[in-house]
Amino acid sequence: MEREKILEVKNLKKYFPAGRKKIIKAVDDVSFDIYRGETFGLVGESGSGKSTTGRTIIRLYEATGGQVLFNNEDVHGKKSKEELLKFNRKMQMIFQDPSSSLNPRMNVMDIIAEGLDVHGLVKNEQERRERVEELLEVVGLNREHATRFPHEFSGGQRQRIGIARALAVEPEFIIADEPISALDVSIQAQVVNLLKKLQKERGLTYLFIAHDLSMVKYISDRIGVMYLGNLVELADSDELYNNPVHPYTKSLLSAIPLPDPEYERNRKRIVYDPSIHDMSEEPEFREIRPNHWVRCTRKEFEQYKKELEERE
Amino acid sequence: MSKLLEVKDLRVSFHTYNGEVQAVRGVNFHVNKGETLAIVGESGSGKSVTTSAIMGLLPKPQAEIKSGQILFEGEDLVKKSNKEMQKIRGADISMVFQDPMTSLNPTMKVGNQIMEGLIKHQGLSRTEARKKAVELLDQVGIPHPEVRINQYPHQFSGGMRQRVVIAIALACNPKLLIADEPTTALDVTIQAQILELMKDIQKQTESAIIFITHDLGVVANVADRVAVMYAGKIVEMGTVDDIFYDPRHPYTWGLLGSMPTLDSEEEELYAIPGSPPDMLNPPKGDAFAPRNKFALEIDLVKEPPMFQISDTHYAATWLLHEHAPKIEPPASVKKRMEGFAKTGGKA
Repeated sequence: MEREKILEVKNLKKYFPAGRKKIIKAVDDVSFDIYRGETFGLVGESGSGKSTTGRTIIRLYEATGGQVLFNNEDVHGKKSKEELLKFNRKMQMIFQDPSSSLNPRMNVMDIIAEGLDVHGLVKNEQERRERVEELLEVVGLNREHATRFPHEFSGGQRQRIGIARALAVEPEFIIADEPISALDVSIQAQVVNLLKKLQKERGLTYLFIAHDLSMVKYISDRIGVMYLGNLVELADSDELYNNPVHPYTKSLLSAIPLPDPEYERNRKRIVYDPSIHDMSEEPEFREIRPNHWVRCTRKEFEQYKKELEERE
Repeated sequence: MSKLLEVKDLRVSFHTYNGEVQAVRGVNFHVNKGETLAIVGESGSGKSVTTSAIMGLLPKPQAEIKSGQILFEGEDLVKKSNKEMQKIRGADISMVFQDPMTSLNPTMKVGNQIMEGLIKHQGLSRTEARKKAVELLDQVGIPHPEVRINQYPHQFSGGMRQRVVIAIALACNPKLLIADEPTTALDVTIQAQILELMKDIQKQTESAIIFITHDLGVVANVADRVAVMYAGKIVEMGTVDDIFYDPRHPYTWGLLGSMPTLDSEEEELYAIPGSPPDMLNPPKGDAFAPRNKFALEIDLVKEPPMFQISDTHYAATWLLHEHAPKIEPPASVKKRMEGFAKTGGKA
């Protein structure tokens, strides 16, 4: 089955100036595609550039180089107001910290309806109220909550408000940047279940950015691993967990503690040593198996390939 | 094994404008010498308040210990004056906090921060203390300790800062180390290093550790015994195997079920509905009952006592009463238990 690409990221670069003559390459030549209806997980440690990638895709940052194609149209570059509006409506974002991403001086009704107002999606006050109340129920809150302010809610409820706001303009694609990291364990499961349910009902596509690998594995169809601004490995979730190839992916997987004491007693941590890489040429992103990509040099490619064959 | 610390019927309340918040409502547990006890629970379950009470760090006058005893080597810490507690804190009992950036003094060289306790509690001279500080930094795995000792906290990375905090906590060879979410602010690979470090040090020094966390993966890694807290009470307590492979309290089921394992394929995670109760007006009966789909009628009326399941395993749920209906844990939790049976039972 030919899958339709909703988003194509091509050689995306985002550099930040850091003092005189110094630049931080937060995202350095990252390329991947996201298909319609899937969940693409992006994992990595702090400083790996995963959030910067998400924010550059939605144009919160201007890209330093490269292209982001959304429905075959370039996101960056000069755009008229109408074009920008159209694009903003189709792509939405859910942020990590629900208390700092909601305006404390606006009530829930106005927070959720802001997108509706901007895009002129409702004709009158009554329709506006009905839409907001409907959205509140979709995310598992009550109609009565519409008149309240963000501080009156718990963290999990605030994240639901953030989700309702993102859904208001009926987007196709949602970037969720660590949407559950700030929540308690029992609430995390509620929010993840909600995101999955909404995806099923509305055919949404997600870019799910997180550092909690077991949750990413659970929610994602495909996963990309980032390290210091580069995408080092990309594969279907099961393939990535069962057959990690890049030494950094292996080390990351071996570092996650799982809620299983027996597994924990036997877990051996693999330490990543960047100096083991072949330095003879610039590494490139190569396909080691169908749909399994890894950043490596030609020499490493052969070596990884052999490892994979031996494992079978 | 002998008991190093014993907490008996501890009750702590906070007096606020809105009334009395009952943060801890009758907690009983003990810590043996040299073991690690993990306390798990969500925010607001009272786990940090319990340890603040042990350290004598409750904010006064808002917080009040309503009743209970905290016996450390037989002496009741609740009755100690502030001055007496100062002698114990940092010497016999020390603490590692969650955020190493806020628990270190940004205007003081890390060396001086480590030496502080050594000079105060052990009466070392500055030169001796300095020598010991270098050794400590070396012990917690900081390269070039003789250079690093003269640096300020901002010159360290997050993981390195947490190592410094651990070095300070270890300086006077404490008998009990309380670690309040020590790895929550760190990346997974750094977290793994810090956990390994803490386990190594425990082996060398034989100090006991109370480890507070909400991450069940970390619990499975470090703990000998586990206490699960909910709404100011311990609802289940047992060895790490008891809790992970034979959980009995529906709240523990919920916690375990809400975390996906790497091979979970279920369409939906087992989520606990609702949110934790407001401790201004703790619910009557079992505080977890409103979120518990297995709740019995009695749960809404009368609080369940602690039922003993084995020598080490206790849980406070009416489901364990002999007249209670037999209820199976949810599928995802059962699957986990069965997986364990396959690996051959006891480790």
